[in-house]
Amino acid sequence: MTEAMRPYLDKMQTRALIVGVVGLIATAVAGAAHMDQLLRSYLVGFLLWAGVAIGSVGVLMLHHMVGGGWGVAIRRGLEASTRTLPLIAVLFIPIAAGLHGLYEWSHADVVAKDHILQQKALYLNPTGFYIRAVIYFVIWYLLATRLNALSKRQESEGYWAVRPSLQTVSAPGLLLHTLAVTFAAVDWGMSLEPHWFSTIYGVLFLVNQALSVFAVMIFTMTFLGTREPMKGVVSTQTFHDLGTLMFAFNMLWAYMNVSQLIIMWSANLPEEITWYVKRLNGGWGNVATVLFIFHFGVVFFLLKQRGIKRNPGLLRTVAAWVILMRFVDLLWVIMPAFSHGQENGVPVAHFAIHPTDLTAPIAIGGLWVAFFAFQLKKRSLEPLPLN
Amino acid sequence: MRKPLYGLMAEFATPEQLIEATEKVHSEGYRKVDAYSPLPIEELHHSMHLPDSKLPRFVFFGGLAGGLGGFGLLQWISQVAYPLNIGGRPLNSWVSFIPITFELTVLLAGLTTFATLIAMCGLPLPYHPVFNVPRFKLASSERFFLVIESEDPRFDLVRTREFLNTLHPHEVSEVES
Repeated sequence: MTEAMRPYLDKMQTRALIVGVVGLIATAVAGAAHMDQLLRSYLVGFLLWAGVAIGSVGVLMLHHMVGGGWGVAIRRGLEASTRTLPLIAVLFIPIAAGLHGLYEWSHADVVAKDHILQQKALYLNPTGFYIRAVIYFVIWYLLATRLNALSKRQESEGYWAVRPSLQTVSAPGLLLHTLAVTFAAVDWGMSLEPHWFSTIYGVLFLVNQALSVFAVMIFTMTFLGTREPMKGVVSTQTFHDLGTLMFAFNMLWAYMNVSQLIIMWSANLPEEITWYVKRLNGGWGNVATVLFIFHFGVVFFLLKQRGIKRNPGLLRTVAAWVILMRFVDLLWVIMPAFSHGQENGVPVAHFAIHPTDLTAPIAIGGLWVAFFAFQLKKRSLEPLPLN
Repeated sequence: MRKPLYGLMAEFATPEQLIEATEKVHSEGYRKVDAYSPLPIEELHHSMHLPDSKLPRFVFFGGLAGGLGGFGLLQWISQVAYPLNIGGRPLNSWVSFIPITFELTVLLAGLTTFATLIAMCGLPLPYHPVFNVPRFKLASSERFFLVIESEDPRFDLVRTREFLNTLHPHEVSEVES
């Protein structure tokens, strides 16, 4: 990395680490008496930030396949983000250890009384869950390591020397990555309600991760891009393009969610619709309205405006807003799964926000950003041109 | 009798030359200027100091009309004009109205773009003086042209021609109106 950047990144790392440690302590204090709730909050925080690291692998490979100035600008950031995967793997340990507190299919006595879970036990069992998690992380880690190594080679040998290898890794890599994210989404998120299923769930995670990645990268670029050595490369047009991409992925978020809603609402099948019955009524129903207006509507109108996309300061605010909305969306997707109440035979989700729901994602975010800053410092930030 | 002059046309070989020329023409004070290129050049928008297009505003209201119209139409049909009980669903089945609402938003926004663009460009235009210059047909394939119109208050046949020659054009020609 360039020495001029070091003081800024040092400051970013220290501050994020303080936020992370203070957040962890606050989470431990607030959650000590409510272990189950603590695990749920932790899962939301983990999915939010793991999504950025994992999504970076996908966006990086996408850039190697299609090119474009936006990718040149954020490639170093994406690579640093993929190098945070070891931290994500470590952060996964509490979820693996707390399996029984999160996933009802992990309890043998529950499965023994449930015919559907018995039929699904070949896939939904703790051993399978652990083995698959290891496979996902190995896939992401190997792809990230290979792409980072090729970047290092590009610094000395030039773009044309590594381009074939970049594409040979990225083309099948994107396929593997998509499969890994889909399966991980089923394992970590969808299986919280093991009777329920949706074929678009994995794609939703894929799209949401890319959206988080663009938000985090825009945030990083408004900071790094206005200073050496990226100053010349990150132009107003680059911010415009990144803003447009974030806009497109935000549209995709809405599109996927509405597709799932239309199909399940129209069919109105008992095994499918329960998911929406819990999430479109009561307190969680209000959260759904908030998401529609503030995740989709507000971001749509803000990013429609050329002036905002070309103003790094304003675009950074929108990016921060998108990250916040990603958190609210994850709460809405994950939390109602833990409500098993029924009224007149209709499932009801109890709406509640616990202190740990806020502190756990902030704590994990602090740790992740600190490690991200550390990884940004480890390598050159000099952009790698596509020629 | 000689026909009145429409303006002076300078021909350039590269888009960079055209961008530089439009910048200089603007700083020289000429305002009745137009540039012609076989390919879209984004920078021309800035170098010619063109105001931002009003097209997005029209498209926005076109899309809004389509969305509200589509949703309103479905509500009117299913609640007022022809209420039908379909599988016990409520008459206000807003979820199933989303696709039509979306499609009509896109349709009206698209049609508005098309119609507004045609109108704003002044089309159809059966005659334009620039085609009186034989080499102008190259504007569709490989050459870049800049025209300063004689209506411009700063236009002067001799001095404007001298000025255009300082921009290193391939050729400067008079455009008959």
